[in-house]
Amino acid sequence: MMSKNNLALGQKFSVLIVDDDKIIRRIHKMLLTKFEFESHAVENGKEAVDLYISGKNFDLILMDMEMAVMDGPKATRELRSMGINNVIVGVTSRGSTSEKQAFTEAGLDYCVEKPLSSETITSLLKELAKKY
Amino acid sequence: MERNLHRQLANMKKSLFDQGYLDHEQFTQLEELQDEANPNFVEEVVTLYYRDSARLIQNIEQALEKNPLDFAKLDNYMHQFKGSSCSIGARKLKNECTQFIEYCKTGNGEGCKRTFQQLKKEYSSLKKKLEHYFQFARQVGPLEKACRPK
Repeated sequence: MMSKNNLALGQKFSVLIVDDDKIIRRIHKMLLTKFEFESHAVENGKEAVDLYISGKNFDLILMDMEMAVMDGPKATRELRSMGINNVIVGVTSRGSTSEKQAFTEAGLDYCVEKPLSSETITSLLKELAKKY
Repeated sequence: MERNLHRQLANMKKSLFDQGYLDHEQFTQLEELQDEANPNFVEEVVTLYYRDSARLIQNIEQALEKNPLDFAKLDNYMHQFKGSSCSIGARKLKNECTQFIEYCKTGNGEGCKRTFQQLKKEYSSLKKKLEHYFQFARQVGPLEKACRPK
């Protein structure tokens, strides 16, 4: 029997939240918990890349666009060049169409506006279910 | 009596929505994340916001004193502040941030300074209103539990 987001019995989707905004990290973590995701949060792209280098893996990455140390587009390019093919969703509150386009071309699967809503998570879940 | 207090609380919240201080959709989403394990989640997030954004407000203030103004830096700070403000549903603040960012784009220093003064007023005003709201909500919360039929 599958629950709303389990890949198989007993398995949960894992999510990496990559955002320099403490409030966004808190809200998104809480929202994801409601959807029974397991989540981990880091403050910038470099921390995300380092996690993967250390052998960690996630089903979904929520990647903020603008961050100090390493921004979203750079982190996304690095992860893709490492052969990481998990779903990466860009999450941004800013950016012209061209900036969002450039972010998407860095290797995103989707780009959504923040803060995330329940409706956005539900749509993402449907897409994740197709992929996995 | 309990129903009256609930009604008062609901009216306080409605007033914050009607006066444009809070975005109905975003604030309601935050409230829906509250549960028995996290009954004060919204208050926690708002407290975190005011604590975290105080630093940003100070950075912007200092940056506005420089001559010439670094609009790219101001734009960056304000985008951060806008993002956090949106996440708690602070509607008036979001609008002030958007206006400030527009002035940054056109290099209008006076516009930035004027908008920032207005923004600080809205920021303080919202803080007081939310403190009052959460204080009342905390009183209504325990009363609701005490009156709940067993």
